[in-house]
Amino acid sequence: MKIGVLALQGAFIEHEKMLRSLGVETVQVRLPVHLDGLDGLIIPGGESTTIGKLATDYGLMQPLRDFATYKPTWGTCAGMIFLAKDLGQHHQPILGLMDVTVNRNAFGRQIDSFEADLDIAVLGETPYHAVFIRAPVITQAAPQVEVLAKFSDDQIVAAREGHLLATAFHPELTNDTRFHTYFLGMIKSSES
Amino acid sequence: MSNQNGHGEKGTENVKRGLAQMLKGGVIMDVVTPEQAKIAEDAGACAVMALERVPADIRAQGGVARMSDPEMIQSIMEAVTIPVMAKVRIGHFVEAQILQALGVDYIDESEVLTPADEEHHINKHQFNVPFVCGCRNLGEALRRIQEGAAMMRTKGEAGTGDIVEAVRHARAVNGEIRRIQNMDEDELFTYAKEIRAPYALVKETAELGRLPVVNFAAGGVATPADAALMMQLGMDGVFVGSGIFKSGDPAKRAKAIVEAVTHYNDPDILLKVSRNLGEAMVGINVTPDQVILGKRGW
Repeated sequence: MKIGVLALQGAFIEHEKMLRSLGVETVQVRLPVHLDGLDGLIIPGGESTTIGKLATDYGLMQPLRDFATYKPTWGTCAGMIFLAKDLGQHHQPILGLMDVTVNRNAFGRQIDSFEADLDIAVLGETPYHAVFIRAPVITQAAPQVEVLAKFSDDQIVAAREGHLLATAFHPELTNDTRFHTYFLGMIKSSES
Repeated sequence: MSNQNGHGEKGTENVKRGLAQMLKGGVIMDVVTPEQAKIAEDAGACAVMALERVPADIRAQGGVARMSDPEMIQSIMEAVTIPVMAKVRIGHFVEAQILQALGVDYIDESEVLTPADEEHHINKHQFNVPFVCGCRNLGEALRRIQEGAAMMRTKGEAGTGDIVEAVRHARAVNGEIRRIQNMDEDELFTYAKEIRAPYALVKETAELGRLPVVNFAAGGVATPADAALMMQLGMDGVFVGSGIFKSGDPAKRAKAIVEAVTHYNDPDILLKVSRNLGEAMVGINVTPDQVILGKRGW
Protein backbone atom coordinates (compact mmCIF):
# COMPACT_ATOMS: atom_id res chain seq x y z
CA MET A 1 0.00 0.00 0.00
CA LYS A 2 1.26 3.48 -0.92
CA ILE A 3 -0.19 6.63 0.64
CA GLY A 4 0.54 10.18 -0.41
CA VAL A 5 0.82 13.07 2.03
CA LEU A 6 0.24 16.53 0.57
CA ALA A 7 3.57 18.24 1.32
CA LEU A 8 3.02 21.84 0.28
CA GLN A 9 3.25 23.16 3.85
CA GLY A 10 2.49 21.94 7.37
CA ALA A 11 2.95 18.82 9.47
CA PHE A 12 3.33 16.28 6.68
CA ILE A 13 6.45 14.55 8.08
CA GLU A 14 4.54 13.53 11.24
CA HIS A 15 1.89 11.76 9.14
CA GLU A 16 4.62 9.99 7.18
CA LYS A 17 6.31 8.80 10.38
CA MET A 18 3.02 7.46 11.68
CA LEU A 19 2.25 5.65 8.41
CA ARG A 20 5.75 4.18 8.15
CA SER A 21 5.47 2.89 11.72
CA LEU A 22 2.43 0.98 10.44
CA GLY A 23 4.45 -0.47 7.56
CA VAL A 24 3.02 1.77 4.84
CA GLU A 25 5.05 3.33 2.03
CA THR A 26 4.62 7.12 1.80
CA VAL A 27 5.06 9.71 -0.94
CA GLN A 28 5.33 13.50 -0.53
CA VAL A 29 2.90 15.15 -2.95
CA ARG A 30 3.98 18.58 -4.23
CA LEU A 31 3.11 18.30 -7.94
CA PRO A 32 0.28 16.51 -9.84
CA VAL A 33 2.63 13.74 -11.04
CA HIS A 34 3.22 12.66 -7.43
CA LEU A 35 -0.40 11.43 -7.21
CA ASP A 36 0.25 8.60 -9.69
CA GLY A 37 -0.19 5.12 -8.24
CA LEU A 38 -1.33 6.19 -4.76
CA ASP A 39 -3.92 4.17 -2.83
CA GLY A 40 -4.90 7.04 -0.57
CA LEU A 41 -4.02 10.61 0.38
CA ILE A 42 -3.65 12.59 3.59
CA ILE A 43 -4.04 16.36 3.56
CA PRO A 44 -2.18 17.46 6.71
CA GLY A 45 -2.50 20.30 9.17
CA GLY A 46 -0.85 23.58 8.27
CA GLU A 47 -2.16 26.93 7.14
CA SER A 48 -5.10 26.26 4.83
CA THR A 49 -4.64 29.57 2.97
CA THR A 50 -0.98 28.75 2.24
CA ILE A 51 -1.78 25.20 1.11
CA GLY A 52 -4.64 26.46 -1.09
CA LYS A 53 -2.47 29.03 -2.86
CA LEU A 54 0.39 26.63 -3.52
CA ALA A 55 -2.06 23.97 -4.77
CA THR A 56 -3.64 26.51 -7.12
CA ASP A 57 -0.35 27.89 -8.48
CA TYR A 58 1.13 24.47 -9.15
CA GLY A 59 -1.93 23.05 -10.93
CA LEU A 60 -2.89 20.66 -8.14
CA MET A 61 -6.50 21.66 -7.46
CA GLN A 62 -8.17 19.64 -10.23
CA PRO A 63 -5.85 16.61 -9.94
CA LEU A 64 -6.48 16.54 -6.17
CA ARG A 65 -10.21 16.83 -6.76
CA ASP A 66 -10.12 14.03 -9.34
CA PHE A 67 -8.11 11.84 -6.98
CA ALA A 68 -10.26 12.44 -3.89
CA THR A 69 -13.48 11.93 -5.84
CA TYR A 70 -12.68 8.21 -6.03
CA LYS A 71 -9.79 7.42 -3.67
CA PRO A 72 -9.77 7.45 0.15
CA THR A 73 -8.65 10.88 1.34
CA TRP A 74 -8.23 12.14 4.89
CA GLY A 75 -7.92 15.78 5.92
CA THR A 76 -6.65 16.79 9.36
CA CYS A 77 -7.35 20.37 10.55
CA ALA A 78 -6.34 22.47 7.50
CA GLY A 79 -7.01 19.32 5.48
CA MET A 80 -10.56 19.18 6.82
CA ILE A 81 -11.05 22.80 5.71
CA PHE A 82 -9.64 21.84 2.31
CA LEU A 83 -12.10 18.94 1.86
CA ALA A 84 -15.22 20.89 2.86
CA LYS A 85 -17.89 22.21 0.49
CA ASP A 86 -18.62 25.37 2.47
CA LEU A 87 -16.52 27.65 4.73
CA GLY A 88 -19.17 30.21 5.58
CA GLN A 89 -17.78 33.73 5.11
CA HIS A 90 -14.21 32.66 4.26
CA HIS A 91 -13.28 32.59 0.58
CA GLN A 92 -10.19 30.59 -0.29
CA PRO A 93 -9.35 27.71 -2.63
CA ILE A 94 -10.87 24.42 -1.40
CA LEU A 95 -11.60 21.03 -2.97
CA GLY A 96 -15.29 21.20 -2.01
CA LEU A 97 -15.89 17.45 -1.90
CA MET A 98 -17.29 16.69 1.54
CA ASP A 99 -20.85 17.77 2.22
CA VAL A 100 -20.08 19.73 5.39
CA THR A 101 -19.83 23.37 6.48
CA VAL A 102 -16.60 24.11 8.33
CA ASN A 103 -15.90 27.08 10.58
CA ARG A 104 -12.17 28.00 10.57
CA ASN A 105 -10.46 28.81 13.90
CA ALA A 106 -13.76 27.94 15.59
CA PHE A 107 -12.31 27.84 19.10
CA GLY A 108 -10.39 31.12 18.79
CA ARG A 109 -6.71 31.96 18.53
CA GLN A 110 -3.70 29.88 19.66
CA ILE A 111 -4.26 30.80 23.30
CA ASP A 112 -7.51 28.78 23.09
CA SER A 113 -5.87 25.71 21.53
CA PHE A 114 -6.32 22.65 23.75
CA GLU A 115 -6.09 18.91 24.17
CA ALA A 116 -8.92 16.68 25.35
CA ASP A 117 -10.02 13.06 25.57
CA LEU A 118 -12.80 12.10 23.16
CA ASP A 119 -15.09 9.10 22.97
CA ILE A 120 -14.83 7.78 19.44
CA ALA A 121 -16.91 4.63 18.99
CA VAL A 122 -15.21 3.46 15.78
CA LEU A 123 -11.85 3.42 17.60
CA GLY A 124 -13.04 1.31 20.55
CA GLU A 125 -13.73 2.03 24.19
CA THR A 126 -10.45 3.67 25.22
CA PRO A 127 -10.82 7.46 24.98
CA TYR A 128 -8.87 9.09 22.17
CA HIS A 129 -6.53 11.90 23.22
CA ALA A 130 -6.98 14.69 20.67
CA VAL A 131 -4.81 17.79 20.13
CA PHE A 132 -6.66 20.84 18.76
CA ILE A 133 -4.49 23.65 17.31
CA ARG A 134 -6.44 26.75 16.20
CA ALA A 135 -8.88 24.07 15.15
CA PRO A 136 -11.92 24.22 12.86
CA VAL A 137 -15.26 22.51 13.58
CA ILE A 138 -17.98 21.12 11.36
CA THR A 139 -21.06 23.27 11.96
CA GLN A 140 -23.34 21.48 9.51
CA ALA A 141 -23.22 18.00 8.01
CA ALA A 142 -25.44 16.47 5.31
CA PRO A 143 -27.46 13.37 6.34
CA GLN A 144 -25.11 10.96 4.52
CA VAL A 145 -22.14 12.21 6.60
CA GLU A 146 -21.31 9.94 9.53
CA VAL A 147 -20.33 11.89 12.65
CA LEU A 148 -17.42 10.07 14.34
CA ALA A 149 -16.64 12.41 17.24
CA LYS A 150 -18.00 15.44 19.04
CA PHE A 151 -16.48 17.82 21.54
CA SER A 152 -18.71 19.32 24.24
CA ASP A 153 -21.62 17.22 22.94
CA ASP A 154 -22.45 19.60 20.09
CA GLN A 155 -19.29 20.37 18.10
CA ILE A 156 -18.50 17.89 15.33
CA VAL A 157 -14.73 17.30 15.24
CA ALA A 158 -14.47 14.08 13.21
CA ALA A 159 -16.64 12.82 10.36
CA ARG A 160 -16.70 10.43 7.42
CA GLU A 161 -18.54 10.56 4.13
CA GLY A 162 -17.90 7.33 2.24
CA HIS A 163 -14.20 7.31 1.32
CA LEU A 164 -13.59 10.81 2.75
CA LEU A 165 -12.44 11.32 6.33
CA ALA A 166 -12.02 14.60 8.23
CA THR A 167 -10.67 15.38 11.70
CA ALA A 168 -10.40 18.82 13.30
CA PHE A 169 -7.58 17.56 15.55
CA HIS A 170 -4.11 16.12 14.94
CA PRO A 171 -3.68 12.34 15.31
CA GLU A 172 -0.16 12.77 13.88
CA LEU A 173 0.93 14.73 16.97
CA THR A 174 0.22 11.83 19.34
CA ASN A 175 1.58 8.28 19.70
CA ASP A 176 -1.88 6.76 19.23
CA THR A 177 -2.02 5.02 15.84
CA ARG A 178 -5.72 4.13 15.96
CA PHE A 179 -6.91 6.87 13.60
CA HIS A 180 -4.25 6.07 11.02
CA THR A 181 -5.13 2.38 11.33
CA TYR A 182 -8.80 3.29 10.81
CA PHE A 183 -7.88 5.17 7.62
CA LEU A 184 -5.85 2.18 6.37
CA GLY A 185 -8.98 0.09 6.95
CA MET A 186 -10.96 2.48 4.75
CA ILE A 187 -8.40 2.02 1.97
CA LYS A 188 -8.41 -1.76 2.29
CA SER A 189 -12.21 -1.95 2.16
CA SER A 190 -12.33 0.41 -0.84
CA GLU A 191 -9.94 -1.87 -2.73
CA SER A 192 -11.66 -5.16 -1.94
CA MET B 1 -8.53 11.51 32.67
CA SER B 2 -12.07 12.46 33.55
CA ASN B 3 -12.55 15.29 31.08
CA GLN B 4 -14.16 13.26 28.35
CA ASN B 5 -15.81 15.07 25.46
CA GLY B 6 -16.22 18.32 27.33
CA HIS B 7 -13.24 19.83 29.01
CA GLY B 8 -10.09 20.84 27.13
CA GLU B 9 -6.71 21.58 28.66
CA LYS B 10 -5.10 24.75 27.27
CA GLY B 11 -1.52 26.02 27.21
CA THR B 12 0.07 22.55 27.37
CA GLU B 13 3.50 21.74 25.89
CA ASN B 14 1.74 19.66 23.20
CA VAL B 15 -0.44 22.55 22.17
CA LYS B 16 2.38 25.12 22.23
CA ARG B 17 4.80 22.96 20.25
CA GLY B 18 1.93 21.80 18.05
CA LEU B 19 1.32 25.19 16.45
CA ALA B 20 4.98 25.33 15.39
CA GLN B 21 4.47 21.91 13.76
CA MET B 22 1.69 23.44 11.66
CA LEU B 23 3.97 26.28 10.53
CA LYS B 24 6.61 23.90 9.17
CA GLY B 25 7.53 24.12 5.52
CA GLY B 26 6.27 27.69 5.58
CA VAL B 27 7.46 31.28 5.59
CA ILE B 28 6.87 33.73 8.44
CA MET B 29 7.16 37.34 7.30
CA ASP B 30 7.90 40.56 9.19
CA VAL B 31 5.17 43.17 8.58
CA VAL B 32 4.71 46.68 9.95
CA THR B 33 1.18 47.52 8.71
CA PRO B 34 -2.13 45.68 8.10
CA GLU B 35 -1.60 46.28 4.35
CA GLN B 36 1.75 44.50 4.45
CA ALA B 37 0.14 41.69 6.46
CA LYS B 38 -2.46 41.23 3.69
CA ILE B 39 0.27 41.16 1.05
CA ALA B 40 2.10 38.51 3.08
CA GLU B 41 -1.04 36.41 3.54
CA ASP B 42 -1.93 36.69 -0.16
CA ALA B 43 1.60 35.57 -1.05
CA GLY B 44 1.12 32.41 1.04
CA ALA B 45 2.87 33.29 4.32
CA CYS B 46 1.98 30.74 7.04
CA ALA B 47 2.21 33.47 9.73
CA VAL B 48 3.30 37.08 10.13
CA MET B 49 5.49 38.82 12.69
CA ALA B 50 3.91 42.17 13.60
CA LEU B 51 6.41 44.88 14.52
CA GLU B 52 6.87 48.64 14.27
CA ARG B 53 10.21 48.61 12.51
CA VAL B 54 11.84 45.82 10.51
CA PRO B 55 15.33 44.90 11.74
CA ALA B 56 17.06 46.83 8.91
CA ASP B 57 15.40 50.04 10.17
CA ILE B 58 16.14 49.24 13.82
CA ARG B 59 19.76 48.80 12.78
CA ALA B 60 19.80 52.06 10.78
CA GLN B 61 17.92 54.22 13.29
CA GLY B 62 19.46 52.89 16.51
CA GLY B 63 17.96 53.78 19.90
CA VAL B 64 16.15 51.38 22.23
CA ALA B 65 13.95 48.91 20.34
CA ARG B 66 10.92 47.76 22.40
CA MET B 67 7.72 45.73 22.04
CA SER B 68 5.43 47.30 19.41
CA ASP B 69 2.27 49.26 20.23
CA PRO B 70 -0.47 46.66 20.98
CA GLU B 71 -2.92 48.79 18.97
CA MET B 72 -0.76 48.32 15.88
CA ILE B 73 -0.38 44.57 16.54
CA GLN B 74 -4.13 44.24 16.98
CA SER B 75 -4.83 45.97 13.67
CA ILE B 76 -2.67 43.30 12.02
CA MET B 77 -4.44 40.49 13.92
CA GLU B 78 -7.71 41.82 12.54
CA ALA B 79 -6.41 42.06 8.97
CA VAL B 80 -5.43 38.39 8.46
CA THR B 81 -6.62 34.88 9.37
CA ILE B 82 -3.12 33.36 9.65
CA PRO B 83 -1.30 33.32 13.03
CA VAL B 84 0.23 36.59 14.21
CA MET B 85 3.48 36.68 16.19
CA ALA B 86 5.05 39.65 17.97
CA LYS B 87 8.40 40.36 19.62
CA VAL B 88 9.36 41.13 23.20
CA ARG B 89 12.75 42.11 24.59
CA ILE B 90 14.91 39.34 26.07
CA GLY B 91 13.93 38.95 29.72
CA HIS B 92 11.03 41.44 29.56
CA PHE B 93 8.31 39.23 30.99
CA VAL B 94 5.86 42.09 31.39
CA GLU B 95 5.92 42.85 27.67
CA ALA B 96 5.13 39.14 27.26
CA GLN B 97 2.23 39.35 29.74
CA ILE B 98 0.82 42.24 27.70
CA LEU B 99 1.09 40.34 24.42
CA GLN B 100 -0.52 37.27 26.00
CA ALA B 101 -3.40 39.46 27.21
CA LEU B 102 -3.71 40.81 23.66
CA GLY B 103 -3.96 37.23 22.36
CA VAL B 104 -1.08 37.02 19.88
CA ASP B 105 -0.46 33.48 18.64
CA TYR B 106 3.30 33.31 19.30
CA ILE B 107 5.81 35.52 21.14
CA ASP B 108 9.36 35.94 19.83
CA GLU B 109 11.75 36.68 22.72
CA SER B 110 14.07 38.42 20.34
CA GLU B 111 17.64 39.67 20.26
CA VAL B 112 16.51 42.08 17.52
CA LEU B 113 15.00 44.26 20.26
CA THR B 114 17.19 45.80 22.96
CA PRO B 115 17.63 43.28 25.81
CA ALA B 116 15.86 44.13 29.08
CA ASP B 117 17.85 41.65 31.18
CA GLU B 118 21.46 40.66 30.58
CA GLU B 119 21.35 37.50 32.70
CA HIS B 120 17.86 36.02 32.60
CA HIS B 121 15.54 35.04 29.82
CA ILE B 122 11.78 34.92 30.37
CA ASN B 123 10.47 31.88 32.26
CA LYS B 124 8.30 30.80 29.38
CA HIS B 125 6.63 27.98 31.32
CA GLN B 126 4.61 30.68 33.08
CA PHE B 127 2.71 31.47 29.89
CA ASN B 128 -0.09 29.82 27.90
CA VAL B 129 1.04 31.53 24.73
CA PRO B 130 3.99 29.74 23.06
CA PHE B 131 7.43 31.33 22.58
CA VAL B 132 10.03 31.16 19.83
CA CYS B 133 13.67 32.05 20.65
CA GLY B 134 16.89 32.42 18.68
CA CYS B 135 19.98 30.24 18.98
CA ARG B 136 23.50 30.06 17.59
CA ASN B 137 24.37 26.56 18.78
CA LEU B 138 22.92 23.48 20.46
CA GLY B 139 23.64 24.59 24.03
CA GLU B 140 21.79 27.87 23.55
CA ALA B 141 18.84 26.10 21.87
CA LEU B 142 18.49 23.59 24.71
CA ARG B 143 18.75 26.30 27.40
CA ARG B 144 15.86 28.13 25.74
CA ILE B 145 13.83 24.91 25.45
CA GLN B 146 14.50 24.22 29.14
CA GLU B 147 13.05 27.68 29.90
CA GLY B 148 9.93 26.72 27.95
CA ALA B 149 10.54 27.82 24.35
CA ALA B 150 8.18 25.82 22.09
CA MET B 151 9.99 26.68 18.85
CA MET B 152 13.53 27.71 17.93
CA ARG B 153 15.08 29.67 15.11
CA THR B 154 18.64 30.47 14.14
CA LYS B 155 19.61 33.98 15.17
CA GLY B 156 21.42 34.68 11.94
CA GLU B 157 22.08 38.39 11.75
CA ALA B 158 18.79 40.23 11.35
CA GLY B 159 18.47 43.27 9.12
CA THR B 160 21.58 42.56 7.04
CA GLY B 161 20.29 40.54 4.10
CA ASP B 162 23.46 38.48 4.62
CA ILE B 163 22.78 34.74 5.01
CA VAL B 164 26.24 33.87 6.38
CA GLU B 165 25.35 33.92 10.09
CA ALA B 166 22.12 31.92 9.65
CA VAL B 167 24.15 29.28 7.79
CA ARG B 168 26.75 29.27 10.55
CA HIS B 169 24.08 28.78 13.24
CA ALA B 170 22.16 26.10 11.33
CA ARG B 171 25.35 24.15 10.65
CA ALA B 172 26.45 24.52 14.26
CA VAL B 173 23.21 23.10 15.70
CA ASN B 174 22.90 20.27 13.19
CA GLY B 175 26.60 19.40 13.38
CA GLU B 176 26.45 19.17 17.15
CA ILE B 177 23.35 16.96 16.95
CA ARG B 178 25.15 14.61 14.58
CA ARG B 179 28.08 14.45 17.00
CA ILE B 180 26.03 13.65 20.12
CA GLN B 181 24.28 10.83 18.27
CA ASN B 182 27.61 8.97 18.35
CA MET B 183 28.36 9.62 22.03
CA ASP B 184 27.96 7.09 24.83
CA GLU B 185 26.28 8.08 28.09
CA ASP B 186 29.55 9.05 29.83
CA GLU B 187 30.41 11.41 27.00
CA LEU B 188 26.90 12.88 26.94
CA PHE B 189 27.13 13.81 30.65
CA THR B 190 30.36 15.70 30.01
CA TYR B 191 29.15 17.25 26.77
CA ALA B 192 25.98 18.54 28.46
CA LYS B 193 28.19 20.28 31.03
CA GLU B 194 30.44 21.72 28.34
CA ILE B 195 27.60 23.26 26.35
CA ARG B 196 25.77 24.34 29.54
CA ALA B 197 22.62 22.41 28.60
CA PRO B 198 20.40 20.11 30.70
CA TYR B 199 21.46 16.47 30.36
CA ALA B 200 17.88 15.23 29.84
CA LEU B 201 17.42 17.49 26.81
CA VAL B 202 20.84 16.58 25.39
CA LYS B 203 19.91 12.89 25.67
CA GLU B 204 16.46 13.45 24.14
CA THR B 205 17.99 15.37 21.23
CA ALA B 206 20.57 12.62 20.63
CA GLU B 207 17.80 10.02 20.55
CA LEU B 208 15.56 12.05 18.24
CA GLY B 209 18.41 13.10 15.96
CA ARG B 210 16.93 16.58 15.93
CA LEU B 211 15.83 19.33 18.33
CA PRO B 212 12.73 18.34 20.33
CA VAL B 213 10.95 21.43 18.92
CA VAL B 214 10.53 22.89 15.44
CA ASN B 215 13.57 24.90 14.27
CA PHE B 216 13.28 27.67 11.65
CA ALA B 217 15.94 29.68 9.85
CA ALA B 218 16.05 33.41 10.50
CA GLY B 219 18.32 36.40 10.19
CA GLY B 220 19.53 37.35 6.73
CA VAL B 221 17.20 35.55 4.30
CA ALA B 222 16.75 37.82 1.24
CA THR B 223 16.22 35.57 -1.80
CA PRO B 224 14.38 32.36 -2.75
CA ALA B 225 17.81 30.72 -3.03
CA ASP B 226 18.66 31.76 0.55
CA ALA B 227 15.39 30.23 1.76
CA ALA B 228 15.93 26.96 -0.13
CA LEU B 229 19.52 26.82 1.13
CA MET B 230 18.31 26.92 4.73
CA MET B 231 15.71 24.21 4.00
CA GLN B 232 18.34 21.98 2.40
CA LEU B 233 20.48 22.53 5.50
CA GLY B 234 17.67 20.88 7.46
CA MET B 235 15.67 23.81 8.81
CA ASP B 236 11.91 23.30 9.24
CA GLY B 237 10.87 26.63 7.71
CA VAL B 238 11.99 30.22 7.26
CA PHE B 239 11.49 33.65 8.81
CA VAL B 240 12.01 36.57 6.46
CA GLY B 241 12.42 39.91 8.18
CA SER B 242 13.58 42.91 6.20
CA GLY B 243 14.17 40.85 3.05
CA ILE B 244 10.65 41.22 1.66
CA PHE B 245 9.39 44.71 2.40
CA LYS B 246 12.84 46.29 1.89
CA SER B 247 12.96 44.90 -1.65
CA GLY B 248 11.75 46.36 -4.94
CA ASP B 249 8.65 44.17 -5.43
CA PRO B 250 7.55 42.76 -2.05
CA ALA B 251 4.46 40.83 -3.27
CA LYS B 252 6.40 39.02 -5.98
CA ARG B 253 9.42 38.30 -3.79
CA ALA B 254 7.21 37.07 -0.93
CA LYS B 255 5.43 34.61 -3.23
CA ALA B 256 8.72 33.44 -4.74
CA ILE B 257 10.19 32.73 -1.29
CA VAL B 258 7.05 30.79 -0.24
CA GLU B 259 7.34 28.64 -3.38
CA ALA B 260 11.08 28.18 -2.86
CA VAL B 261 10.48 26.80 0.65
CA THR B 262 7.88 24.26 -0.58
CA HIS B 263 9.94 23.20 -3.60
CA TYR B 264 13.35 23.61 -1.93
CA ASN B 265 14.70 20.42 -3.51
CA ASP B 266 13.60 21.19 -7.08
CA PRO B 267 16.23 23.32 -8.91
CA ASP B 268 13.96 23.81 -11.96
CA ILE B 269 11.28 25.44 -9.83
CA LEU B 270 13.90 27.42 -7.90
CA LEU B 271 15.22 28.73 -11.22
CA LYS B 272 11.73 29.75 -12.29
CA VAL B 273 10.86 31.59 -9.08
CA SER B 274 14.24 33.36 -8.89
CA ARG B 275 13.72 35.24 -12.18
CA ASN B 276 12.74 38.91 -12.43
CA LEU B 277 12.12 39.62 -8.78
CA GLY B 278 13.27 43.23 -8.98
CA GLU B 279 15.77 44.67 -6.61
CA ALA B 280 16.74 42.67 -3.52
CA MET B 281 17.19 44.47 -0.22
CA VAL B 282 20.45 46.37 -0.34
CA GLY B 283 22.16 44.31 2.33
CA ILE B 284 24.76 45.15 4.90
CA ASN B 285 27.79 42.90 5.27
CA VAL B 286 28.27 41.47 8.71
CA THR B 287 31.54 43.26 9.52
CA PRO B 288 33.25 44.22 12.79
CA ASP B 289 31.81 47.77 12.78
CA GLN B 290 28.21 46.48 12.79
CA VAL B 291 26.28 45.86 16.00
CA ILE B 292 26.11 42.07 16.23
CA LEU B 293 22.56 41.32 17.40
CA GLY B 294 23.28 37.60 17.49
CA LYS B 295 25.51 38.01 20.55
CA ARG B 296 22.51 39.09 22.62
CA GLY B 297 21.11 36.18 24.65
CA TRP B 298 22.73 34.14 27.38
